[in-house]
Order: sequence, then structure tokens, then C-alpha cells
Amino acid sequence: MEQAELRQWEQQCVQEEVPWCLAACPLHVDAKAFCALMAQQRWDKAWMVLAKTLPVPGILARLCDAPCQEVCVRKDVGGAIEMGRLERFCAENAKPVAPPRRLPSRGKSIAVFGGGLTGLCGAWELARRGFDVTLSCSVVGEGLPALPDGVLDAEVASLEKLGVVIRRSESLPLERLQDCLVDSDAAFIDSASVPEDWTVFLGEPDAMTLGTTQLGVFSSPAGESSAIMQAAAGRRAANSVERFTQGVSMVSGRDHEGPYATRLFTNLASVDVVEPIKTSGPYSEDTARDEAKRCLQCECMECVKGCEYLRHFNYYPKVYVRQVYNNESIVMGTRQANTLINSCMLCGLCETVCPEDFSMADVCLQARQTMVETGKMPQSAHEFALRDMAFADGDRCTLARHAPGESSSEYVFFPGCQLTASDPEGVMAAYGDLRDRLGAVGLMLHCCSAPAAWAGRQALAEASMATLKQQWEDLGCPRIIAACPTCLKTLRQGLPDVEILSHWSILRAVGLPSGAMSVPCPLAVNDPCAARYDPLLREDVRAVLDRMRVEMVEPAYNGELAQCCGYGGLVSEANPDLGLAVADVRAKGADEDFVTYCIMCRDMIAKTGKRAMHVYDLLYPRQDDPAARPSPGYSARRENRVRLKEQLLRDVWGQDETHTVEPYESIEFDVTDAVARSMEDRRILKSDIQKVLLQARESGTRLVNRETGYFLASFRPVVMTYWVEYEERAAGLLVHRVWCHRMKIQGAQP
Amino acid sequence: MSVIKVPEADIAGWTCATCGTELVLAPVELEYLDSLFNVELPRCPSCGFVYIPEGLALGKMHQVEQLLEDK
Ligand code: SF4
Ligand code: SF4
Ligand code: SF4
Ligand SMILES: [Zn+2]
Repeated sequence: MEQAELRQWEQQCVQEEVPWCLAACPLHVDAKAFCALMAQQRWDKAWMVLAKTLPVPGILARLCDAPCQEVCVRKDVGGAIEMGRLERFCAENAKPVAPPRRLPSRGKSIAVFGGGLTGLCGAWELARRGFDVTLSCSVVGEGLPALPDGVLDAEVASLEKLGVVIRRSESLPLERLQDCLVDSDAAFIDSASVPEDWTVFLGEPDAMTLGTTQLGVFSSPAGESSAIMQAAAGRRAANSVERFTQGVSMVSGRDHEGPYATRLFTNLASVDVVEPIKTSGPYSEDTARDEAKRCLQCECMECVKGCEYLRHFNYYPKVYVRQVYNNESIVMGTRQANTLINSCMLCGLCETVCPEDFSMADVCLQARQTMVETGKMPQSAHEFALRDMAFADGDRCTLARHAPGESSSEYVFFPGCQLTASDPEGVMAAYGDLRDRLGAVGLMLHCCSAPAAWAGRQALAEASMATLKQQWEDLGCPRIIAACPTCLKTLRQGLPDVEILSHWSILRAVGLPSGAMSVPCPLAVNDPCAARYDPLLREDVRAVLDRMRVEMVEPAYNGELAQCCGYGGLVSEANPDLGLAVADVRAKGADEDFVTYCIMCRDMIAKTGKRAMHVYDLLYPRQDDPAARPSPGYSARRENRVRLKEQLLRDVWGQDETHTVEPYESIEFDVTDAVARSMEDRRILKSDIQKVLLQARESGTRLVNRETGYFLASFRPVVMTYWVEYEERAAGLLVHRVWCHRMKIQGAQP
Repeated sequence: MSVIKVPEADIAGWTCATCGTELVLAPVELEYLDSLFNVELPRCPSCGFVYIPEGLALGKMHQVEQLLEDK
């Protein structure tokens, strides 16, 4: 990723934009943080938030006219947060705090004229920045409304503590101003509290800098009645004085000084309407707390709400994209974001819900591709899935033929490598049905190349797609009927000129197969994430279910907002625990049994213990309770593919082609339940165990346990060393434990 | 670099079935992603068969593998 790309992505995520209240506040009080503390009744802490930002806070918190309320996001769901009243409550009830610490002296003296709110605020802002301030005025607090006893005195004391020298009861002839231009480095005039000839002399100040006709003299705009805007003029003047005395640009980068607009997005869709606390007098502690609780604590986090993966890593895309960028830049040391990059399901939900179309999927897929190109992709991340894909694309599983007795194909059925792995009988039935009703339907058993693409292995994905294309051309370029939503998506991308139909649209057109069953109870229709951008596909499936009189329920996050089942993007390989957590979230989307048209969704959801079936289970019923069928393990999936091809060749094409049996395949053994579970968790196949056992038998190399009499053998057929602990019983071998590691033992070990 | 330790308990009971010999701790070289480790592991002194217990393979060894992958 180039740095410019990083900036662009960062810019796209608005989660770190400031809330509306803060942006609209002329002084940028952090109303969100303030409300959070008030809601916890931490009045003193809340007061510190105000006192950190407001000059003369005891005065200003009581006079603030709260322009933030006009833009408060709460205003459309009950009414804006009553910031003004909350500030007043806090001012009355919190422990007063000392004025902020003054910065070291800059050795610059500034004259401030006028003791109104603007003058006091200007003096405060200048003094805390380390200017030596002299405030000249006839009355301190001139023009302020009545304040509770002691409030003004306390703030005057704070001003003096900040080092402001106050000269009272002075008359202010115009010469005083002219003198001060000689003695001081700059001056600020509170135009509401000085004689009129001053303001005439200075003219209307510039809106941005408050600069006047006199160099180094700044003045507040005339006629400002809002207290908080008066204070803001004081701060603006202080900023100008600072720039002026430093000799830097007076204008650049000042857009965010006063109120401004923010890009922050906050979704109100699930926010309940709650009206402001109604009381006529001042708040009690409880009412203040309850009012503050109405604050929505505005943030975006739209994508994080719906994506277990984004939630899992505790931040949000703006932070993640930086981590991904840093990951790529590391030359020496540990890359911290590999797991982050490899755990995205690449499902696109984030992009769909994001107000700015941020696609974490694009970020992660691109990072994977780069990692593969530069040899930085961890070996373990996708290796098992890629080996499985190679197996599915191997001779024992692939097939491309015209229907028996046909020499051409109008259509070719493409069930995909996962449907064949999980439900070979369903595939047989579907293919039979298609031939019965459409005639010349050929068959292609092949992987659609999605796993390679997800793993960032573009070359491999292209090679797989090219072989597939060749086979399809050899069949005379028939129209493709695919059942799996991921196959549909991947094939349409890889073969853009080919007409590719879903099995569901065919069924919608020709009607149900004769044996299709109907289910009495309602089912939750699970849309796979691969169908997100395919409304027709989603509609076709529902039409087919409707014909079966299935009463349909929509789970949470469905349709265009479909959540992934935990298989997409190979998350279940790169981060198995997260994969299961994602599946769990998906499974909890509805109480009813699920029916889905993606076999991986079916199997992932079934793994969580939730009852789930595939539409084929209803269209081509073969079992009494298909929703209870467990997800087949990795070994069974491979065997299913091989068996399906053999059975099709035998039953459909009348060809008895038994493949050459490898020696290890003849090794028989049983496993304990615990071993069956470890095999799945550790991605150890039955064939891996057979290879170890064969090797032990042939070489005689193994350990024996004195106490149990069990044997222990190891073998490294490819990149993994497998260990098998087993017992030789009269009834045959029983495997008690299996494990594996990637490290290679140097020396003679097989 | 001996970063990997084998708990005594894991070795208990295992002998080489081929040679009928007790295993003894001996320096063994392990290799992953072009990195070599010299580790003391239980080994048959006569035929050289090395024993890597389950706890080691899934624990410390796995951690080292991941570390190397992320380097
Ligand atoms: S709801 Fe709270 S955070 Fe959001 S704009 Fe209003 S005060 Fe600010
Ligand atoms: S898993 Fe889906 S929603 Fe989550 S970041 Fe990846 S593409 Fe976006
Ligand atoms: S939806 Fe996510 S990526 Fe988009 S702006 Fe919000 S937090 Fe950022
Ligand atoms: Zn030996």
C-alpha cells in the first residue's frame, strides 16, 4: 500500500471525526465526554472537562447559550441534549478547580481593554499562553447579567493568579490606545466596553483575524450578544495575537477555530425517542444524570456493529488500515497484523453499511496479495485450504462430460467443490433432475477457484479458472448452471462473457422436482454473503421455497446486509476460533431452523449446534431430519468428492473406473471420539494418519510405551510432521492421540 | 539456541520399539523457514529416533513456528 492510499483510506473512515456538539460549540467543549461523566454523576470530573476548555468557566458555564443544541444528533429523537442546563448544574454542584497552569512567559506584553465578557475571556486566553497581560477597564464584569454571589470575584482572582494585571476605574481616552501601541507588543479591544471613538478609530475588524486598521491591534466584532460567541472572540483574538507576535501566517489553517461542520455519521435507526427531562427549576442530581444519559455518545462504528471480525480486534477500520500499512512496511521484526489481515471474511458487509463505502475487504485482500507476492504470507494461514482445493481440482475429483448418450451440451451443471464435498447425494439427485427435465445437461466437477482468490493467490486462482474454462470450451461452451452462490459470483467474474444461471432460477422456471417436500414449521431463510449483490438470486430462492409452501422468516442481517457464516475469506482456516464465533453470531440471527442455499453456510451453522438445512434437502429429500445432519469432517469431505465421481461414472455413464488404490489407503483403523475432534481442530486427515501407520509398519520405526503398550509413530509426508499414538488390538488398530507440527526434525527421521 | 524445553513427565514410559532402548536427552536440530534450532530432545541413542511430545508440538514449538512465520 502506498502512503497516499493509506491517507485516502484513513480519510474515508469518519469514526474519528468529532461529534456535532463539539464541532458546533464556538469553543469546542467536549460535550460528549462531559455528558458521559455527568451520566455517571461524576460532577467534579465533568466540571474539569468544562474548565479545561472554557475561559472564566464559573461565568461562562452559567451564561453559555448552547448553540450546540441546534445540531445535537439527539434533536430528531426526542430533543437536543440540554447542554446549557447541564452546564449550570455542574457549575453549581462541582468542586471548583484552580485555573489552568500558565505556560512559561514569552516576554511579550499585551494590553487588553474592556472588562466585559469578551475582554475577560481574551485576557484569560492570552495569559494562559504565557503572555504578560494588562487588563484596563472601568468596571470588571461590565455588562454581565447577575451571577450568584462570589462567582465573579472567584474568576477575577483566577485571572490574577494567571498573572493578569488589572487596572480598574480608568477612563479610556483614545490616547491610551495610541500610547499602548508603543509600550506593548499587541492589543485586544473588547469593543462593547470601550468608548465609541475607539471603535470608530479602529474600524470593523476582519472576520477571521479580528485585525483592525491599526497593526497589532485586534478587536471583537461589534454587537455580539451571545455569551459563548463573545468568549470565542476572545479566543480568536488570542490566536491572532500569538500568530502576530510570532510573525507567522495570520490566516492559514484557521477553518476549525469557530463552529464548523463535521463528517461524523451516527445512525439513529435503532435509537429510541427520549424527550428531555422536564423540570422548571434547576436540575436535581437525578434529573441531571438522566438528562446526560440521553446523550447518544455519537460515533459511527456502523461496520463494527455488524461484523464480528471488526469487533474482535477492538478498533475500527481507520485504525486497522494503518496497522495493515505498517505491517507491510516492516522489514525486520514481527509483523503484528498478519492475523488481522487474514481474518476478514471478504464479505463486503462493511462497505454496504459504511456511510463512506469503506471496504475492509479490499484492504485485506490487497494486503494478502502483496504478502503472497513478497513471500510474507504465513505458511500456515491458508495451506490446508489450498491443499484441499488442489485435491478438489485433482484427477480423482474433477469431471467434465456431456450427459450420457449426448455429444453436446446445451447446459452444464456446476455444483462446486463444497456441495460435492458435503452433500454428494444431493448433487446426484439435482443432476438427475436437471437431465430429466432439461435433457442435454453436461456435468462439471471442479473448484470455482474462490479459495485461491481469498488466500491472495492470484496466479493459482487464474490457473484454476483457466483449466475450468478449457474444460468448458471442450464441452462446446454450454450455458453454466451453478448452485453455489460463491461459485456464481466467482465464475461470473472469471468468465464475464459466459451465460451463468443459478440452479434456483432454473427451478423457478421449470417448477419443483416431483419429490420436493414441504415443511410444516417456519424456517429462517439465510442469505449467504456471496448473494449480497445478487437480488435476483435471493428472489429466485424465495420463489422456490414459496412453491414448497415454506413459511419464511428473515433472520437479522440478511439480504443485502447478509452476515458471513464464518467460512468466507477463509477466516475459519486462518483464525478458526474467530470463524466459529462468526458462525455463532450468524446462527443466533433467528430462533427458527435455518434453510440456506450455500452449503458452507449450512455446515458452518450446523457446527455451532444450530439446526440448519440446505434447500436441496427439501427439493431432493433423502433423510427424515436433514437439519440434524452434522457437518461432515474434512476427511469425509474429501472422500465424498472421490466417491461421488466414481458413483456418477458408474451409475450415470456406466463406466466402472476404480482408481488405483494407494497402499496407505488400505490401512484400516478406528479412532476415539477425542481423536475425531482433534483431527478436525488440527486439520489432520484420515489419509495423513494412514500414511503414518503405513510408514511405521514398513520401517518398523516407532516407540512403545512400557505402561500402556501403545505405539507412537511419526511421519512427514509433505510439510507437516504427524504423530500417531495407537494400540494394536485383536479387532484392529485404535488411534488414541494425533498431533502435528511444522518444524522438521533434521536427520534420519522419516 | 535452546528455546524449547521438554517436561520430564512427557518422556516417561516411552522406549524405542525397534531397538528396545530407553530414550535419552540429546541435542537435536529442528528446522523451520530457514531457521535452525538446537534443542535437547528425547532420542533413541542407537537408531536416533526423536520423540516430540504433543504438549511440546502444540505449545512452545507452535509458538516458535508462528513467530518465524510473522518475521
Ligand atoms: S447526542 Fe451527545 S454527542 Fe451527540 S451531538 Fe448531542 S450532545 Fe453531542
Ligand atoms: S468480514 Fe465482511 S464486514 Fe467484516 S470487514 Fe471483512 S468484508 Fe467487512
Ligand atoms: S462504517 Fe466503519 S469504516 Fe465506515 S466510517 Fe463508520 S467506522 Fe469508519
Ligand atoms: Zn531405536
